[in-house]
Amino acid sequence: MTESTHTPPLYGRAEIEDFLFHEAALLDEWKLNEWLTLLAPDARYLVPPNDVPDGDPASTLFLVADDAERIRQRVIRILDPNCHAESPPSRLRRQLSNVRILSQDAQTLTVTFNFICHRYRRHERIRQYVGKMTYQISKQGSELKIRERRVVLDSHELGSLGSVSFLL
Amino acid sequence: MPYIIDDPSNKRFMLNRETLISPAVLAQEQDKIFAKCWIYVGHSSELKNPGDFITRKVAGHPIIFSKDDQQQIHCLLNTCRHRGAVVATKPAGNARRFFCIYHGWSYKIDGSINRIPGSDAYDPSFPQEEHGLRRPPRFESYRDFWFLCFDPDAMPLADYLADAKFYIDLILDQSPSGTMEIIPGTQEYSVSANWKLMVENSVDDYHLPTTHSTWLNFMSNSGVNVHNPNKEAGQLLPTKGYAKALGNGNFTTDNINFRGRPVAHWIPLYGDEAKTEIESMYEELVERLGPERAERVANTNRNLVIFPNLVINDGSSVTIRTFAPNGPDKMDVTAWALGPVEETTSARARRLDAFLTFYGPGGFATPDDVEALELVQQGMANWRHDPWSEMSRGMNKPEDQQLNSDEHHLRIFWRHWNSLMQDEK
Repeated sequence: MTESTHTPPLYGRAEIEDFLFHEAALLDEWKLNEWLTLLAPDARYLVPPNDVPDGDPASTLFLVADDAERIRQRVIRILDPNCHAESPPSRLRRQLSNVRILSQDAQTLTVTFNFICHRYRRHERIRQYVGKMTYQISKQGSELKIRERRVVLDSHELGSLGSVSFLL
Repeated sequence: MPYIIDDPSNKRFMLNRETLISPAVLAQEQDKIFAKCWIYVGHSSELKNPGDFITRKVAGHPIIFSKDDQQQIHCLLNTCRHRGAVVATKPAGNARRFFCIYHGWSYKIDGSINRIPGSDAYDPSFPQEEHGLRRPPRFESYRDFWFLCFDPDAMPLADYLADAKFYIDLILDQSPSGTMEIIPGTQEYSVSANWKLMVENSVDDYHLPTTHSTWLNFMSNSGVNVHNPNKEAGQLLPTKGYAKALGNGNFTTDNINFRGRPVAHWIPLYGDEAKTEIESMYEELVERLGPERAERVANTNRNLVIFPNLVINDGSSVTIRTFAPNGPDKMDVTAWALGPVEETTSARARRLDAFLTFYGPGGFATPDDVEALELVQQGMANWRHDPWSEMSRGMNKPEDQQLNSDEHHLRIFWRHWNSLMQDEK
């Protein structure tokens, strides 16, 4: 039993949901610098195109294919008042559901869930982003860090959704 | 009121804002612009094998873009000859025939009629074989770019492209075999703005320092020198470029490169490991094309407009972007990345990464363009009381001195648009 103190714990769904809900709140509240602390040093943020949802960003044109440095630059940009597409910031409200832990070992977790993100902006109709997120999460000591968040939007085209100028 | 006021003696050009908001103007455009001009359909590389097909809207028309067993490429109206349903419903695929789910009429991949169920109910004089899918009267290509035209009397595509062919050739010189391909992955999005605002925005370099300051910051944070190498009084742009008319309403900007090119100008954003490969690509250009043409290919950027609605951005990557009105105050945009067929895995990945630094609905610049265009459209609600947009920049200079930050190229577009709109049907 003494060995178990050196083995990272296996997480249950409720703990993972707490982690995801915390992340969602930071994103909705535009606390993006705090959100960055949830990411692993090699984190990636991927939004594939809807016609190739399983594509690889090295050979497929994505909507977003950020490495960790690009994510940091994206946050700098989004928080800049000259990011016109998000100034004033959209009001975001995301709902997560159907959380499933697809696999888990001592170091990593693969988690998937459905989401709806409502976005309100000046003079704009409400925009509703619906889709599935798949996360690769690494266990670092007692903390969870996001290594990859892959967002597949259900709409065949972005259509009336317009830009994804905020963080999905 | 006229659509434009073009007054060279007073060096003024103004645009009637009604052109950006009126349903009546849009209806006229359907007849006089979209039914008369050559409209981009797709690229040969999108259809690899016999039986491959793609369905898409071309200027609002549902079409099928397909390849038959003889490798012939077709453009078919995706509307059943019987009662008018769309017959091909998948976005893309490989098929032997298209089958209408309503009454079962079916068509071969080249559009010819395959079978009419219960054809014994028609009189023997009924010309069954004449009921293949309709096709636009004209369908032609230039170097793998396919265009349709609904006007049977239109000039040939090659004549229509006029001097734009020089710039298309210049872009394709990036490939050792002169062949480029559409890279998988389509960016589709809509903008709540009139379609003509996207034409203006795609070539308007005046807006770069204001609209895209966060992108310039990002480039600067990535170690790219964004300062103007030869700053002129009053010119805020990072480099000097020109705007050029190419005939038939086509035009381009022609700029000296400063922000890196996948073929072939290295910048720190690409990473140190990419330096050798990009240098060898430059050497290949020199060997194949000579030093002068190599420099032209590798170190000049352009935003090329094929009138009315195709934009090829050849800068940090090559984008093919087309857009069509979906009402007077909304447009649907489709964009692809184009790359040399010979491109290595590492060069392809670099090209796609560079694309996303600027372009697309999740890029570091395009969302702010979308915002600017939507703000213009919202401002148009006052058109009756503030009817003129100002477009006179550069009119105080001769044509060969028109900069990319002037509005000469916007005036080229609007003058051509205006002349077509004045035509009798």
